[in-house]
Amino acid sequence: MVELDKLRFGTELIKRGFAKMQKGGVIMDVTNAEQAGIAEDAGAVAVMALHKVPADIRTAGGVARMADPKKIQEIMDAVTIPVMAKVRIGHVAEAKALEAIGVDMIDESEVLTPADVFFHIDKRKFTIPFVCGARNLGEAVRRIWEGAAMIRTKGEAGTGNVVEAVKHMRLISKAIYELRKMQKEAVYSVAERFAEPYCKLADSVIEDMGLKNITSNTVVYEEYTLADIVEGIYRVLLEIKELGRLPVVNFSAGGIATPADAAFMMQLGADGVFVGSGIFKSSNPPEYARAIVEAVRHYDEPEIVAEVSKGLGEAMKGLDVFKLGDEERLQERGV
Amino acid sequence: MRVAVVGVQGDVEEHVLATKLAMKKLGIEGDVVATRRPGVVERSDAVILPGGESTTISKLIFRNVGRKNMAEEIISLAEQGKPVMGTCAGLILLSKYGDDQVERTETKLLGLLDVRVKRNAFGRQRESFQVPLKFKGVGTVEAVFIRAPAVVEVGRNVEVLAEFERYVVAVREGSVIGLAFHPELNAEFGDTKIHEYFLNASLD
Repeated sequence: MVELDKLRFGTELIKRGFAKMQKGGVIMDVTNAEQAGIAEDAGAVAVMALHKVPADIRTAGGVARMADPKKIQEIMDAVTIPVMAKVRIGHVAEAKALEAIGVDMIDESEVLTPADVFFHIDKRKFTIPFVCGARNLGEAVRRIWEGAAMIRTKGEAGTGNVVEAVKHMRLISKAIYELRKMQKEAVYSVAERFAEPYCKLADSVIEDMGLKNITSNTVVYEEYTLADIVEGIYRVLLEIKELGRLPVVNFSAGGIATPADAAFMMQLGADGVFVGSGIFKSSNPPEYARAIVEAVRHYDEPEIVAEVSKGLGEAMKGLDVFKLGDEERLQERGV
Repeated sequence: MRVAVVGVQGDVEEHVLATKLAMKKLGIEGDVVATRRPGVVERSDAVILPGGESTTISKLIFRNVGRKNMAEEIISLAEQGKPVMGTCAGLILLSKYGDDQVERTETKLLGLLDVRVKRNAFGRQRESFQVPLKFKGVGTVEAVFIRAPAVVEVGRNVEVLAEFERYVVAVREGSVIGLAFHPELNAEFGDTKIHEYFLNASLD
């Protein structure tokens, strides 16, 4: 009957498939079971379990880490929709811990303090899927090659300012447009360029020790040589060129605060949106949550976006991204 | 032939592509349209409810736009013996009875399949799996289960099409088909067997 030896878990099809089920939806940041319930009632397709929302992470300062697993567990027990949680960039042990408690997706996120200045996690080595942030096509392609099942624009989290999310979505779309017109040889050159950040560790060691430059056979990241990485990235680029879009689901995140912001990101081609501080830093979280869900569903119907935006009360206060110092810009983390 | 895919939320595009490919293989002329509002399903010859979040999709299909809602149109199509297929969340919505999760979230169901479903029957995403499955009338298909529901009670007029371990995972009642897994995800490998079966499910 059933061939149990052919039963497989955590394949790319299953991981990417999970992300596809989120399309057209809103994923909301929550810090406790009560907020998770509000998100679920409002029609969120998933929640992101956090210790603090990004706006509070900014205010608090210090090192931002994975949330307390007990808190995450409480949220998992409180709702029927999928629960995601964040780990620091490169922090394999935090990710393994979240996999062990059974969260549905891990966000390897620049919102937390990075744990590795050289590398992101090799996400192929996990059963559960990952989502990662990207500011441009290069970051998106590197994360996809590393096994991310979903990409989200980084935007600038915790600001309530949509400008960076818009910028990142436009940068990715324009790059895909250019890629579609390119010959294969030119695509290969792009792959070589996109592979460069993986050489940072090897480069600095070589320079320090006065050794010869790295070659394409040098192992630079996990078990992969530079040649493996260029080839892998080249294949991802060809897939994007053929599809005319990323081969994984692409959400928008980082500064979405109002229903109109969410509708705008959908109009720019996002498959869905993450709303972080925007909901629980507003004056009326249940109403805000519902309104953003409606605006995403009806992003191309201005009369509905207008209707749900009526009398919502104060949105989160927000920050001017251009006044933030480089140190305060979370998007600079993890290229 | 016109096939509508309920395009509220979930993997809508995958169903559109799978159906188009299946129609091409069968030599069926026609189009496949994703729709988010009433008016399209009622003018179609078949309809698909995709995978996604059942709570989210339910809220939208039962919402009136003007005097109409998509739920009534889907029910009317099924009553005319036209093919209706739901995958994963779509199976939950087609069912008559849900579990405590369905009740707690007050998810409205279409009631077109006389079955009781259990949400997330196999566990969370970590426990999601793919497996070759014997499917009645089709043969072996590679079935991808993602936080999948299962059928736990089957009514008298319901035909069981596939089982996995102790659960029923595919059913049919008249022209209405419910699957706990995602055949639409196989279309990128050119496998559209289940969608071909669906296109032939009309009782006309």
